[in-house]
Amino acid sequence: MNQKTVSKALLNAALLVVVFIILFPVFYIVQTSLKSTADIYSGTFFFEAKTRNYEEIFTGSRSNFAELTRNSLVVSSAVAVICGVIGSLAAYSISRLNWSRWVTGGILVWLLFINMMPPIVFVTPYYLWARGAGIYDTPLAVIMAHMVLNMPLAVIMMMNFFAEVPKELEEAAVIDGCTLWQAFRMVIIPIVRPGLAAMAVLVFVFSWKEFLFALSLTTTSAGRTIPVGIANFVQEFNIRYGEMAAGSFVAMIPALILVLLAQRHIIKGLTVGAIKG
Amino acid sequence: MTQLSLSDSRDLRTMLFGQGSFKYWALVPLLVVLTVFTVLPIIQLLQMSVSELEFVEGELVSEFIGLRQLDNLAKDPIVGIALKNTLVFVVAVVIIETVAGFTLAVAISRTKTLSILYRSVVIIPLLIPPVAIGTTWSLIYDFNYGLITTILIELGVQNPPLWTADPDLALISVIIVDVWHWTSFLFLIMLAGIESIPPSLLEAARVDGANEFRMIRHVILPIMAPTILVAMLLRTILAFKVFDQIFVLTSGGPGTATQVISMHIYKVFSEQFRLGYAAFLSLLVAAFMTIFVVFYLWASRVVRRRLG
Repeated sequence: MNQKTVSKALLNAALLVVVFIILFPVFYIVQTSLKSTADIYSGTFFFEAKTRNYEEIFTGSRSNFAELTRNSLVVSSAVAVICGVIGSLAAYSISRLNWSRWVTGGILVWLLFINMMPPIVFVTPYYLWARGAGIYDTPLAVIMAHMVLNMPLAVIMMMNFFAEVPKELEEAAVIDGCTLWQAFRMVIIPIVRPGLAAMAVLVFVFSWKEFLFALSLTTTSAGRTIPVGIANFVQEFNIRYGEMAAGSFVAMIPALILVLLAQRHIIKGLTVGAIKG
Repeated sequence: MTQLSLSDSRDLRTMLFGQGSFKYWALVPLLVVLTVFTVLPIIQLLQMSVSELEFVEGELVSEFIGLRQLDNLAKDPIVGIALKNTLVFVVAVVIIETVAGFTLAVAISRTKTLSILYRSVVIIPLLIPPVAIGTTWSLIYDFNYGLITTILIELGVQNPPLWTADPDLALISVIIVDVWHWTSFLFLIMLAGIESIPPSLLEAARVDGANEFRMIRHVILPIMAPTILVAMLLRTILAFKVFDQIFVLTSGGPGTATQVISMHIYKVFSEQFRLGYAAFLSLLVAAFMTIFVVFYLWASRVVRRRLG
């Protein structure tokens, strides 16, 4: 019994070390973001916290974080809405409306392919199209790419949620005189709303953190998002560490909020494509 | 004949406008998006990779060059290096993250009160932007003011390592960051696997006198083996995507020490501005990965059947 308590304590001690390793970089970035340049250079652990770095990136003349944040919000929200609508419609049809197994299987494989293909493959064609359509360096171009990248997650997550809804519900609605569309909109969607919300939030976060397309399809702050802005800090000759840390922390905020929300749904979404236990 | 086509068109009409038409309409937007944005790009890539493309005063000029990109490939010294770096990176991260993820999953599956804390914290690295992970670690690695350097100098180390700026350490530095970032992904898959093992099985082993180590070695590991293999395969596929952190931490340098495939294609595209050649390389990557993905789908089907 005593030995068991000791081993439990050791296990938890080891896991708290893991928690520390995971959380430490986040603490470190917050700490650095609150330091003055002199405190960063001296490497001190005792310093007077200042919000100057945050003020600088949002309102300073050398930075354009206000515009980047606006673009990020526009892109991520638009992608969440588009994926939410297209994804739930398609997922409902695939999982509930008696398609042959070839059709559902085919679409599923197609989605998994998109999920697994290195995104660099699509960069050059999207770049050409964005130039051709006159949307290069606008949020629209980034929205287009992010919509495609997140579609597998949206459809597969929603398919799981629809599968949990009892079939009798829409049958009852149809007998009562609803069309399928009405049954979908007024009976099924309200039931899966928590799942739909979780999916939309996760798509938002994935779009928020995407870098490659946001980088390749834009060139000024008219179209760039926060990750591209942060990466630019590193490329500069004299790195403004404090501002870089402040920007990085701003970029982490949606993720940190999300962790506090429903994590069961998130975990399903994070492992799309893996076999379920 | 007439009869048949008539009933066909009636079928089509009910399909599009009849009672059950929602079934089709609901799927149309997705199919349009997937066709336009994933099938057409592949066709576009085929076309681009047999062309020389250039923007002249904002207008795209395209010239057919047939298979001359093959010569460019043969003359490109970076491709081989990038391929080697990518393989080293992928093999290293998959092995380390699998071992770490499995260990973590076994450990956390044994906890009760703090379990929620562990599970919440562990998914954080998968949600924060990889670019922010990159900047954070570049601060940690920084050889002037970085955390590691500061600590090492405090401890009296004379010449602390340069990490990402040292050609011998750069790839290892990048691998460490990836382990921090992606171990959670394997952890989540492993944990789901462990939690689906019937408790009666573990109980029986315990009654038979198995200690923790033997239980993991002789009960959990054999049951989990197929899941672990498929998870490793999936992570291998995803690891080939690596780009963001390398872009931030090293940009492929110093020299070509951390040049990986995605990074190389990006540079061909954005720095050398050779669109046709970038498209050609993209197509090769797509073909190679297709083989991998098909193999993965086959393997995961086999395992799913075996697990019932």
